[in-house]
Amino acid sequence: MAMTGQDRAVVPAVAVEGITKHFPGVLANDDISLTFNPGEIHVLLGENGAGKSTLIAILAGMQQPDAGRIRLAEKTVRLTSPRESLAHGIGTVFQHVLLVPSLTVIENLMLGGPWRRRLDRASALARFGELSRILAVSLDPDALVGRLSLGEQQQVEIIRALWQGGRVLILDEPTSMLTPAGVRELGQVMRRLRDQGVAIIFITHKLKEAYEFGDRISVLRLGRTVGEITKARLAAMSEQQATDEVIHLMFGPSATGQTVDAETMAHEGQRRRRATAVDRGQSPFLTVHGLSTTAQPGESALRDVTFEVWPGEILGIAGVDGNGQKQLAEALAGQRPAASGVVALRNTQITHLNVAARRRLGLRYITDERVGEGIVATHSLATNLVLKEIGRAPFWWRGITRWDNIHAHAREKIATHDIRTPSEHTPIGRLSGGNIQKALLARELSTQTGVVIFNKPTYGLDLHNIRTARAAILRGAKAGLATILISTELDELVELCDRIGVMYQGRLSGIVENVEGAEIQIGLMMTGAAAA
Amino acid sequence: MPGLFTVDFTTALIFGAVTAGIPLLLAGLGEQISEKAGVLNIGIEGMMLFGAYTGFLVAFKTDSIWLGFLGGAGGGMLVALLMAIFCVWLGMNQIVIGIALTLGAEGLTALLHHFQFSRTYPRLGAIDSLPLPVISDIPVFGRALFDRHPLVYLSILLVFAMAWLFRNTYVGLNLQAAGDKPAALDAAGVDVYLTRSCAVLATGALAGIGGAYLANVGAGLFLPFMTNGAGFIGLVLAMLARGHPVWVLFGAALFGASLALTTALQVAGLNIPTDVVQMLPFAMVMLVLVIFARHSYLPPALGLPYVRGER
Repeated sequence: MAMTGQDRAVVPAVAVEGITKHFPGVLANDDISLTFNPGEIHVLLGENGAGKSTLIAILAGMQQPDAGRIRLAEKTVRLTSPRESLAHGIGTVFQHVLLVPSLTVIENLMLGGPWRRRLDRASALARFGELSRILAVSLDPDALVGRLSLGEQQQVEIIRALWQGGRVLILDEPTSMLTPAGVRELGQVMRRLRDQGVAIIFITHKLKEAYEFGDRISVLRLGRTVGEITKARLAAMSEQQATDEVIHLMFGPSATGQTVDAETMAHEGQRRRRATAVDRGQSPFLTVHGLSTTAQPGESALRDVTFEVWPGEILGIAGVDGNGQKQLAEALAGQRPAASGVVALRNTQITHLNVAARRRLGLRYITDERVGEGIVATHSLATNLVLKEIGRAPFWWRGITRWDNIHAHAREKIATHDIRTPSEHTPIGRLSGGNIQKALLARELSTQTGVVIFNKPTYGLDLHNIRTARAAILRGAKAGLATILISTELDELVELCDRIGVMYQGRLSGIVENVEGAEIQIGLMMTGAAAA
Repeated sequence: MPGLFTVDFTTALIFGAVTAGIPLLLAGLGEQISEKAGVLNIGIEGMMLFGAYTGFLVAFKTDSIWLGFLGGAGGGMLVALLMAIFCVWLGMNQIVIGIALTLGAEGLTALLHHFQFSRTYPRLGAIDSLPLPVISDIPVFGRALFDRHPLVYLSILLVFAMAWLFRNTYVGLNLQAAGDKPAALDAAGVDVYLTRSCAVLATGALAGIGGAYLANVGAGLFLPFMTNGAGFIGLVLAMLARGHPVWVLFGAALFGASLALTTALQVAGLNIPTDVVQMLPFAMVMLVLVIFARHSYLPPALGLPYVRGER
C-alpha cells in the first residue's frame, strides 16, 4: 500500500504483520498486514467470509494466528487470551452482546476483577462515572442488563472495552441492531473517543457508514487485504468517489455497476422506492383487530394491534428489536395464543386455529430464528424441506415415509431456488445462513400461500443473499401475496414496502404510507417520540 | 397418637433431623456452587459415597474424626476431578458422566470395603459433642440442636458464608456469569474452564464431607450404598433454592425431619407397615417438587459444555 509521509510519522497503536489463519477447509486470513493509528477511526470493509471476524478474534485474544505477529506500540506481543488483550488496552465490542443479563451494569463491568478480593464497588463506580462522562452517556449502574435496550447494552460494552486503559477499541458491526438515532449517537461516541487518542477499528458492511464515520478505509476480500484508502485521500474524496473505489476493491476490477452485488452496494443508502399498485378497493386479505397477548416474564405483550393487509401489498413493521415484533409474528402464525382480538383471513376467523390449520389456509411465517426455530440442523436438507408436511401425501403414505418423493422434491427446490448444497442429503446445519434462508423460503413460498410473514429475513446475511431474499419478497408480492415484513433495517423497509407501521412497547403506533420523507416520521415513532 | 410426642420423643426427633439433615445440607450447598457455574453435577451421589468411604477409612486408621472429614473432602474431590476433566475440559455430556461416576463409586466403594473388611463392619468410637454454653440447657431444643459435633455448627455458618460470598465477591460474580453467559465471562478475561473446574471441585469437597459426616457421625460405620440417594436429594434442594443458600438450609431441615420421622415411627412401633413409613422421605420429595418445581430457577447455560467461539 502506498503510504504518505504524514502516515509514517505516527506511531501505530497496533499493527498486524503477515497474519495467516487456517481453519479446516478455509484460509480465513491470508498474510494480512494492517496498521491502526491512535486518533483514527479505521473502517474494515468486506463481505461475510472476507476474514474480518477472524482478524478481530485474533486481536481480541480469542484465536491464535498460524503465522504473523501483532505489534503494539512497536513492541511484538502475543495475545493468547482475552485477558491479555484487555490488559494491553485492546477492547472489543462483539457483534453479539456479551453481557450477563442477570447481573447489573456495574456488576458486569466488575466481572473479571481480582478474585481474591471483595467487590470494589466504589472504585468501579468512579471509573464508570469517568467513562460515562467521556462517552457522554447516562446509564443506571444498578439496572439489570437484561432490561436495557440493545443500544444501551452496547454502551455498556463500549465502557467495558475501555475499562483497562483503552488504547484500541474494536467495534464489530455495531450498527446492525441500532435505530437511526442510535447510530448517530454511536457516531458521536466514536468521534469523542477518537479525539481522546483512541485507535478505533470499525467493522461494517454499510458503505454509507464507512464514509460517514471513517478516517481511513481498508477492504478485505477472501482473507486478504485488497486495498486501502488513506486518511488524506479519503478526506479529498466525495461519497460517490469513495463508494466507487470501495466497490472496485471489494468485487474486483470493472465491477462498478455491472454485477448485482456491486449494484446493491452502490445503491445502498439511496432509497429506491418501488412503484406500488395495490388495489385497496377490494376486501383485505388479512384483518387484525384489537389483537393482544398475555405478557411473558421479561418481554412486552402485544397490546391492541389493528391493521389490514391487501393482496399484493407489503406492509412493513419497523421498530427497535424487542418491542413486540416477535409476539406479533407468533400470534399471527398461531404459535402464541391471543388474549383478545380477532385475526381473520378473507372472511374466515382464524384467531383460535392452531399452526397447522392456519398453514392449510395459506398463512406462512418465516422466523428470524432460522437455526433455532426454522430448521432441525442435524437433519438433511430434504427432510427440512418437508418439515411442515409430515405425514401428508405425497411424502408419506399411511405413515410410511416415501424417501424417493422427498428427495425428488428437494432436488426440484434446490434447482428452482438456487440452494447451494453438496446434495439433498447434507445436514442443513452445515449450509451457510444464506442457503438456509433460501431453503426456508422454498419451503414456505409455495403456490398455496396467501399471506406470508417475514421476521427479519435478511438479518445476518451477506449482500448477495440479502439481494436474493429481497427479490424473493418482491416476487411474492407481485404474485399477489399479502406480505408482512418485520425488520429493524429501515433502509430495507423503505426499499420494499407499500406502507410501514412502527411497533413501540407492544403497540402498533401508527401506519404511514411509504412516501418521500416517511423515514423521519418512522424514526421518531421508533423511539416513542411521536405517533402517526 | 397424642401420646407419641413426649419430651424424649420430640428431642430424639429433632436430634435425628439434624443428623440426617447435615449431609443433605452439605450436598445441597455443594451442588448449588456447581449449578451456579453451569455444571449439572449428577455425580454428586458418587462424590458423597466415595467421601463417606475415604472419610471413614481415614478416621478409622488415624482415630481422628477431623482427619476423617479431611479424608472425606479428598475422596469427594477425587471423583469431582474426573467430573471436571470429562465434563468441563473435554466437554462431554454432564448427565452421562455424572451417572457413570455415581455407579462407578457405588461399585468401587463396595468392592474396596469388602476387600479390606470382608463381611465385618467395624465401628468408630463415640463422637464427642461440643455443647454451646447456656443455650444447650434449653429443654428439648438445647440437647437436640446445641449439643452437637462442631461440624454441625460449621455447616450452618457455611450457609451464611456462601450467601455472603455470592453477593459480595468477584468469585460470586464469576460463578453466576459462568452459568448464565459463559462467553461474557470469557470476554471479560476470566477462564471459564478454570472457574467451572473450581466449582466442581468445591462441590466434591462439600459432598465428600457430607458423606464422611453420614458415615462417621451419623452411623459410626461405613456400609456399601449407605448414601442411599442423599446426594440426589441435595441436587433437588439446590435446584429449588434458586441460588440462595438459606433455602438449601430450609430444604435440608425439611427432608432431615422426614428422614428422622421415618426412623422414629419405626421405633415407636405403630401399626403401620415399615415399607410405607420408609417411603415418607421420597413422598416428601415428590410433594415438594409438585408444589415448588415450577419456581425452580436454572441458569441458562446449565448442562452445556463451554466451547470458546461457539454460540
